[in-house]
Amino acid sequence: MPAPPAVSIKDLRIALPPGGERPFAVDNVSFDLNPGEIVCVVGESGSGKSMCAHALMGLLPDSVTTESGTISFEGKNLLSLDENGWRDLRGRRIAMVFQEPMTALNPLLRIGDQMMEVFEAHGLLTSRERRRKAIELAREVGLPEPERIVRAYPHQLSGGQRQRAMIAMALALEPAILVADEPTTALDVTTQAQILKLIRDLQRNRNMAVMFITHDFGVVADIADRVVVLRHGQVVEQGRSEQVLGHPEHPYTKALLAAVPSMDPPPRAPLTGRSKAVDVIGIDKTYVTSNGWFQRERRVRAAYDVSFSILQGETVGLVGESGSGKSSVARLVMQLLEADRGTIRLGDIDLTALHGQALRQQRRRIQMIFQDPFASLNPRRKVGQIISDGPIAHGADAKQARARAGELLGMVGLDAGAMERYPHEFSGGQRQRIGIARALALDPQVIVADEAVSALDVSVQAQVLKLLEDLKARLGLSMLFITHDLRVAAQICDRIAVMQRGIIVELKATAALFAAPEHQYTRELLAAVPGQHRPISRSA
Amino acid sequence: MRQFARQMLRNPSGLIGLIIVVMAILVAVVGPLIFPNSPWRMVQRPFLPPFTLSAVPLGTDALGRDVFAGIIHGARVSLLVGLVSTLAALAVGVPLGAIAGYFGGRVDDALMRFTEFFQTIPSFALAIVLVAILQPSIYSIVAAIAIVSWPPVARLVRGEVLSLRTREYVQAAIVTGQTNRWIIWHEILPNALSPVIVLASLMIATAILLESSLSFLGLGDPNLISWGYMVGAGRTVIRQAWWITVFPGLAILLSVLGLNLVGEGLNDALNPRLARQGR
Repeated sequence: MPAPPAVSIKDLRIALPPGGERPFAVDNVSFDLNPGEIVCVVGESGSGKSMCAHALMGLLPDSVTTESGTISFEGKNLLSLDENGWRDLRGRRIAMVFQEPMTALNPLLRIGDQMMEVFEAHGLLTSRERRRKAIELAREVGLPEPERIVRAYPHQLSGGQRQRAMIAMALALEPAILVADEPTTALDVTTQAQILKLIRDLQRNRNMAVMFITHDFGVVADIADRVVVLRHGQVVEQGRSEQVLGHPEHPYTKALLAAVPSMDPPPRAPLTGRSKAVDVIGIDKTYVTSNGWFQRERRVRAAYDVSFSILQGETVGLVGESGSGKSSVARLVMQLLEADRGTIRLGDIDLTALHGQALRQQRRRIQMIFQDPFASLNPRRKVGQIISDGPIAHGADAKQARARAGELLGMVGLDAGAMERYPHEFSGGQRQRIGIARALALDPQVIVADEAVSALDVSVQAQVLKLLEDLKARLGLSMLFITHDLRVAAQICDRIAVMQRGIIVELKATAALFAAPEHQYTRELLAAVPGQHRPISRSA
Repeated sequence: MRQFARQMLRNPSGLIGLIIVVMAILVAVVGPLIFPNSPWRMVQRPFLPPFTLSAVPLGTDALGRDVFAGIIHGARVSLLVGLVSTLAALAVGVPLGAIAGYFGGRVDDALMRFTEFFQTIPSFALAIVLVAILQPSIYSIVAAIAIVSWPPVARLVRGEVLSLRTREYVQAAIVTGQTNRWIIWHEILPNALSPVIVLASLMIATAILLESSLSFLGLGDPNLISWGYMVGAGRTVIRQAWWITVFPGLAILLSVLGLNLVGEGLNDALNPRLARQGR
């Protein structure tokens, strides 16, 4: 592009406080942002991508120091600005959209007032003009009924609408540069697709330079003009997006791309003549919250007439957006929640009819892997104890249980030395392996995995999925796999159930579901998966 | 654990508090052995001002008893009452709070209404009534203090347990077939402990104050000398003989201050993340 770059980052180096795992959060990073171009900065957690964004906004935490480098913008070096200089620039010339729209908006101020604050902070326009401008902005970012919605509070908006309001605020003063830090990560996939399109359109209309931080290569493929791949604070590869995604050069980029799950389900042998491991028959669950004596109860339907079964050795996926009730179904199957109606059979035993000791006895046959690898392990118990507690509770000899825990750790790819350590000494992926070992310790027949890989980086995610698949085949397990990510579901599930507002709208073999979705909602979900329109090189 | 100790020592106010408390404990344990004479014994003429005779460095009271000896012997009673009544309050409050928080629903409602019943009565008034009914003795005083100070413990533990019981590792324990008692004991309470320890250190200080107040009103154990009793006994002559009330008063002030500093130091050390944000 012949035009000079809007922002030029050169040899940026940001030092972390001493004693950390590496000396620099960002190490010798250089790249340009051009007007009318979206640059995606991609990397796994801890790669320093957010640090770059915060440096560009002058929002670095006090604990880090900028060692060297320049960020030149409109003839100035941003790194030498004082707080007043930054204040003048932020919002007016450089604006930011954050990851979590609920916490980035002030819950006590109306949306319109928060938009007007942007003008007020820079002393622009009269209050009547500000109001008119807020409504215009709301219309531009596609908020419904702009005149009314500017009077709404953030909690009255959906997640996608809140993110639209955030974008409207960022665009208010027509900045030259928009920094978006994982703006769609907290959103559902259909909303994500809409927000990506909005950012793309706005950027074209206004000829802005956009720096888009993300960890998702699907999003990169949909939106990026250029890509910068970061690892451990260093740029491993950068270039035009077709180039980087289609013909990656650096082995790390290749490995990352290869780890992105594809939308094509691998062929699976049909399962015939097997008995049912789990049979869920018509379960209902409604959450009732009462707000004291004089107020109406609030009722939320989490599951309505949900029925499905899992054959022996089969993986059934439960897919849906947040609030669809898929996690509630997992907890109902696990008997962590009590169903209002319906039956859950495990083999030939009716779990819903059991209580107390009898239920505790049967629990060993069905185990769960949890979503958050940091919350699912007790921080004050050693890994060996965490794994062997279950068998000991079921009457196993303590010594044998410990020996078995060591074996299980080997099975999930950790060494037996891990037994004597505490959970905080492990990374997210390793913790998830410990969680899997705990679930296997009781020799279950069924595993329920609730978003078991959602919190993991894509390369770790691929490893854990492979581990689950291996173990499942080796031990002949049945699995209920809950996820919001259709790409992951495509890779691991034999059949997939799509849930919407507590109801299963479609339940089919994976290949058939992807090839010929019947329900309108399934089609929407499939169409919204990012990264389908541009080829990604998967040859590692 | 080592890191916890380092955190504690790095904090200057916590360290000062720790030194004061350790000294108070030393005095309580060793003091009466070094000064074996009964503090009730008359040793000099009454109203002897302090710093006049080296044998009675802090002077004598209205009956010619040694104020210094009283403070040394009183340390044992004050600290013992503080410690034992706090332990008793924890023994009631922790299980009640844990059960209420873990089981929720009706059990929670019943236990919390019971707790509120104690909370709505002004605690000092209740303590006076209890000691008056039970006859003043060291046991009735400890019991009274424990009875009025367990409700905050129960509420704190309940709140902690309420948030901990929804954690995934607790659900994992349920799923692996652990009993409720095992889960409360092994998974929940160890993680709820740090705020309870902080609260306990502050409760000891409050208990010392309560005991002193009771003794000041003449509801102390008549056979045991305590700092509160000394302040109470000297109050009528405070204009002629200030030292009779001031020195035991200082002893109360110092030990309560020390315990409070330790409590804050513990808080910073046990919640390192909060402490770091504060600075």
